[in-house]
Amino acid sequence: MSNVRVLVGTRKGAFILTSDGKREKWDVSGPHFAGWEMYHIKGSPVDPNRIYASQTSGWFGQIIQRSDDGGKTWFQPGTPAGEPTTSPDGMPKGESNKFVYDTSAETGKPLTTHQFYDGTPKPWEFKRVWHLEPSLDEPDVVYAGIEDAALFRSTNGGQTWSELSGLRGHGTGAQWQPGAGGMCLHTIILDPKNRERIYIAISAAGAFRTDDGGATWKPINQGLRSQYIPDPTAEVGHCVHHVAMHPAKSDVLFMQKHWDVMRSDDAGDSWHEISGNLPTDFGFVIDVHAHEPETIYVVPIKSDSEHYPLDGQLRVYRSRTGGNEWEALTKGLPQENCYVNVLRDAMAVDSLDSCGVYFGTTGGQVYASPDAGDTWAPIVRDLPPVLSVEVQTLT
Amino acid sequence: MIQVVLPAHLRSLAGIKGDVELEVDGPVTRHSILDALEARYPMLRGTIRDHVEGQRRPMLRFFACGEDVTHESSDAPLPEAVAAGTEPFFIIGAIAGG
Repeated sequence: MSNVRVLVGTRKGAFILTSDGKREKWDVSGPHFAGWEMYHIKGSPVDPNRIYASQTSGWFGQIIQRSDDGGKTWFQPGTPAGEPTTSPDGMPKGESNKFVYDTSAETGKPLTTHQFYDGTPKPWEFKRVWHLEPSLDEPDVVYAGIEDAALFRSTNGGQTWSELSGLRGHGTGAQWQPGAGGMCLHTIILDPKNRERIYIAISAAGAFRTDDGGATWKPINQGLRSQYIPDPTAEVGHCVHHVAMHPAKSDVLFMQKHWDVMRSDDAGDSWHEISGNLPTDFGFVIDVHAHEPETIYVVPIKSDSEHYPLDGQLRVYRSRTGGNEWEALTKGLPQENCYVNVLRDAMAVDSLDSCGVYFGTTGGQVYASPDAGDTWAPIVRDLPPVLSVEVQTLT
Repeated sequence: MIQVVLPAHLRSLAGIKGDVELEVDGPVTRHSILDALEARYPMLRGTIRDHVEGQRRPMLRFFACGEDVTHESSDAPLPEAVAAGTEPFFIIGAIAGG
C-alpha cells in the first residue's frame, strides 16, 4: 500500500501531512521551525527520507535544514545533532547557511549590479532561498534558487554551497530586475532524460536553460509577450511565475507567466500561448498530471492588482488537451466569498494510479484531490499562509 | 562569565534553554561576545552578523545596561557590569506586529 507525504511550507513554520493511498484521513505534524518562514521543503527522489528545507527570517537570515528520517528530526547539515560544533581544526561549522556569490573572473564573469525597480543599478545581495531541488540521482546533490537571483549547488548534502555562476554571468544579468516579490530564482527543473539540461525561471527576468550541467546558460523567452516592459518581446525582463514539465515529455514545458499561460514544444526555444478559454490568464501555479503529459492545471487569479480568484470562487482549471481548452474544477472548493491566493510553489501532484493534486492557499488551507481534480477536500483549513506544497509518493 | 540574552527564535534554533553564559577572552566587546557565541553555537553563524561582511543584520539591535550600543563601534569596550557578568548583553529583534 502506498502512502503520501505532503510537505507544506508556511509563513510561520512547516507542516507534514501524511495519509495512505486513499487520501481520505490525514495526520498533521507540525509546526516544525515554529515562527519561521519556510519557503520550500522538498524530498530527494532517490531517498525519500532525505528532505531539504529552506528556513528564513527577515531578522536572522537564511538557515538550511535537512532531515534524514522523513521529517521526524532535522538538523543543519553543517552541524548534525549530537556532533561537535567545530571541525577537527577548530573551525566553527554552520557553513550550510552560507551563500556567497561567485565573483571570480574565471567562472563568474562577475556582475556587480542588476536593475532595481526604477531601472537604476543595484548591487547583488543575498536574501533567501526560495526553492530547493534535490538531484534526480544523488541524495547529497541539491540545487538552491535564491534571491537576488542566482543558482547554487551543494554536492555534500547541503553542508556547503557554491554558485553556478555562468547563469548570472551569461550576459543579460545586468538587465534583470525584481518582480513585486523580489528578484527570485523560484523554479528549477532537472531534465530526467538529459542530465546535462536544467531549466530555471526568475521573476522578473524570464526562463533560462543550460545544456552542459550548469556551466553555460541562455535565455529561452522567445514568444513571450509582456506589455508591462518597454519592449514586450525582449530577450529578458518577463515575469515568469512558474514552469512545469512532465518527465516523460521533457521537451514540453508549461508556463504560468504574470499574465498568459504558455507552452513550449522545443525545450523552451519558442513559446506559444495556450490560455484559451480561461476566465483570466493571470496566476501563479501550474502543474502537470503525473500520468497524462497533456493534462495540466492552473488556478486563475483575477489580476496583478487583485490577487484572489474571480468572483470569490476558488476554481482549479484543468486542460486535458495540453492547453487552450480548459474546464473549471469546483467540487469541494469554496464557490463564494473566497479571496485567497495560491502562490507559485504551492501546487504539486502525487504519482499514485489515480493522480492526486494538491495546493495550498494564503488563507492557510491545503486542498487535496485524489481523483485528478474531479473532487476536492481540505486536508487542513487554518494553517498560516501557505508558501509551498510538495508531495512525496511513498511505496 | 558573560551573560547573553537571545531572541526566542535564535534560542530555539540553537537548542538553548534560558540565557547563555560565555567565557570571553580579552576585552569584552560586542565583537568578542559574538565571536564567542558563534564559536559555541555555530548554527548561529550568519543569523546575527551576515556571513560575507560580518555586518549586523539590519533588524537586530544590541543593548547593555539599559543603553543602546547598536551603533557603537563593535570593538568598543562594553560596560564593566556586562564584563563582570552582573548585567546581561541583550540581542534584540525589532518588534513586529500591527
